[in-house]
Amino acid sequence: MSSTQNSIQNIEIKPSVISRSEFLGKIRFFTRFPLFIFGILVILFYLLVVIFGPSLTVYDPTIPNPQYTLGQPNSDYPFGTDKFGRDILTRVVYATRLDLMIALLVASLSFSIGSLMGCIVGYYGGWLDKVIMRVVDVMFAFPAFILAMAITSALGDTVQNVIIAIATAYTPYFIRLTRGEMLTLRTRQYADAAISVGNPSWRVALIHLLPNALTPSLVQMTLVSGWAILDAAGLAFLGLGITPPTAEWGVMVSEGAQRIITGEWWVWLYPGAAIVLAAFAFNLVGDGLRDIMTREEQ
Amino acid sequence: MSNFFNFILRRFLLTIIAVFGVIILVFLLTRLLPNNPAALRAGPLADAELIKQYEREMGLDKPLIVQFGTYTGQLMRGDLGDSWRTSQPVREELGIRIPATLELALSAFIIALFFGVPLGIIAAFYSDSWIDQIVRVFATLGASLALFWLALVGVYIFYYLLHWAAAPVGRLTIGINEPPEITGLFLIDSLLAGDIETFKDAFNHLWLPACTLAFIVSAPIIKISRSSMKDVLNADYIRTAKAIGVPPTKLLFKDGLLNAFIPILTMLGIVFGYLMGGNLIVEQVFAWPGIGQYAWKALSTNDFNAVQSFVLLIAVVYVSLNFIIDLIYALINPQIRLE
Repeated sequence: MSSTQNSIQNIEIKPSVISRSEFLGKIRFFTRFPLFIFGILVILFYLLVVIFGPSLTVYDPTIPNPQYTLGQPNSDYPFGTDKFGRDILTRVVYATRLDLMIALLVASLSFSIGSLMGCIVGYYGGWLDKVIMRVVDVMFAFPAFILAMAITSALGDTVQNVIIAIATAYTPYFIRLTRGEMLTLRTRQYADAAISVGNPSWRVALIHLLPNALTPSLVQMTLVSGWAILDAAGLAFLGLGITPPTAEWGVMVSEGAQRIITGEWWVWLYPGAAIVLAAFAFNLVGDGLRDIMTREEQ
Repeated sequence: MSNFFNFILRRFLLTIIAVFGVIILVFLLTRLLPNNPAALRAGPLADAELIKQYEREMGLDKPLIVQFGTYTGQLMRGDLGDSWRTSQPVREELGIRIPATLELALSAFIIALFFGVPLGIIAAFYSDSWIDQIVRVFATLGASLALFWLALVGVYIFYYLLHWAAAPVGRLTIGINEPPEITGLFLIDSLLAGDIETFKDAFNHLWLPACTLAFIVSAPIIKISRSSMKDVLNADYIRTAKAIGVPPTKLLFKDGLLNAFIPILTMLGIVFGYLMGGNLIVEQVFAWPGIGQYAWKALSTNDFNAVQSFVLLIAVVYVSLNFIIDLIYALINPQIRLE
C-alpha cells in the first residue's frame, strides 16, 4: 500500500518539476527567435489599437473639416489632415479595425473551408479528389490578386464581397496542404486501428486525423492574414471593393496618390506604413512559426 | 527516350485541360457581374428598347450554354471579341500594349534574378550568421511591402525630391517620338536605331517602376534560393564531399547550384507570370501604357470582353510557363520523367 502511495507521489511530483524547467527551457527557446517575438508584439499592439484606439481619438473619421484641409502634421494633428480636413491619425486608427477584421476573416474562412475540403478529398480520394484537384490547379493558374480582383468585380463593391473574393483565392492553398498531409496520415497504423474498433470513416477523418494534418495550414493561415491585408488594400487602391469615404488603409493611400506630385506626403505615407507594418508582423510570425516547428522536430 | 515523349505528351494534355478549365472559370466569373452590361453600355438615359437591342447584339439574351459555345468558338479562331468601351477588337488593343508590359516585366525580372539568387545563395552558405539574418529580414520586408505604397514612396523620393527619375507619366516624355518598332521594347529599339536621346529618356522612365517591381519579387526568389541551397548543402553527398576535402567554391557552384536549380526555376516561372499580371498596380501609378492599365480601365467600365481576355491571357501565360518549366525539368533530371 505504502509503496503504491510512494509511486503515486513520485508521479505527481515529477511532472511539475520537469514542467517548470521545461517552461524556462521553452522561454529560452523562444528568445532564440527575436523576430518572431517582435512580430507577436506588433500584432498585440494592433489589437490594442483595435480595442482602445477609437475611444482615444478626439476627431471623427468621416466628417470633413473645411477649416484645415491638407494640413501639415502638427501637435493637434500628429499625422496631418487630408483634402477634406479629416484627421489622418483618426482614420488610420479606425481603418485598423476594418483591415484586421478582413485579415482574420479571410484567414479563418479560407483555412476552415480549405482544410475541410483537403481533409475529405485526401482521405477518400476517388473521383471527387480528381475533380477538386483539377479545379485547384485551374485556380493556381491565376495570381491570387488577379483572381481576387476578378471575383470582386463580379460580385460588386462591398467589404463582404472583398472578404469572399480574397478567401476564395487562398482556399486552394489550404486544400493542397491538408490533402498532402492526409495522404500520409491515412496510411498510419492508428488510422487503421480507429477503423477496426468500429469508428465510422468520417469520424476517423475529421476527429482522429484532421487535427494532426493542420500544422502546415496554421503557419499558412498566419501568412494569409498578412497577404489578405495587402490584397484588400491593393484592391481598394485600384478603386475596387472598399470605396471612399470608408476609412481603410488602401482607400487612404489611393486618396493620397493624387497628391504625389504636389508633395503632401503625409496623406499617403502613414496609412501605407500601417499596411506594411501589419503585413511585416504577420510574415515574421508565420516564418517564425515554421522555423520553430522545424527546430522542434530536430 | 519514349518515356520522355510520354511525359511531354501527358504534360501537354494536362496543360490543355488546365487552359480549358481557365476558360470556363473566366467565362462564369464575368457572367456573374451583377450589373447588366447592355444597360451600362447604353448609358443612364437609354430606354428599355435600346437595352434590349444591345442585349441581342451582344448575345446576352441567349442561354448561358449557347453563349459559352459562341465564346469558345471565337477563341478557337483567335478572336477575343470587341471591347464594348472602344468598339475595337480586344486582340489588337491587347497586342499593342503587350510590349510595354513585357519591357517592364522583363527588366524587373532580370534585376530581381541577378539580385535575388546570389543573395539567397550567400545567405544559405553563411547560414545563421548575421549576413543570413539581414538577408532574411530583407526578404520578409519585400514580401510585406504594399506594391502601390512602395511605388508612391519611390516616386516621391526619386522624382519629387531628387529628380533622378522622369515624371510618372508613361514610357517617354511627351514630344519624344517612339523609336521605329522592331521588338517593341523601347530600350532595345532605340539602341538599334542609334538614338541615344530616346534611349536615355526611355531608361529614365523605366528604371523606377522596374526597380519597384523587382524589390517586391526578389523576396520570394531570395527565400527559395536560400532554402533550396540550404537543403542541397545539408544533403549527404555534399557532406561527404566536404569531409573528403572538396574546395568550398567548387561545392557551391558545381554540385550545389545545379541541384538547387529546380525549385528556383519553379519560383522564377511563378514570378514572371506574376510580373505580367501583377504589375497592374505599378502600371496604374506610373501611367504605364501596358495591358494592366488596359485591364484596369476595362474593369472600371464593366467592359467584360476586355477583362475576360486580360485574365485569360495572364492565366495562359502562367500555364504555358509551367509547361515549359516541366520540360526543362525533364531534360535536366531523368528521374522526373518516370514519376
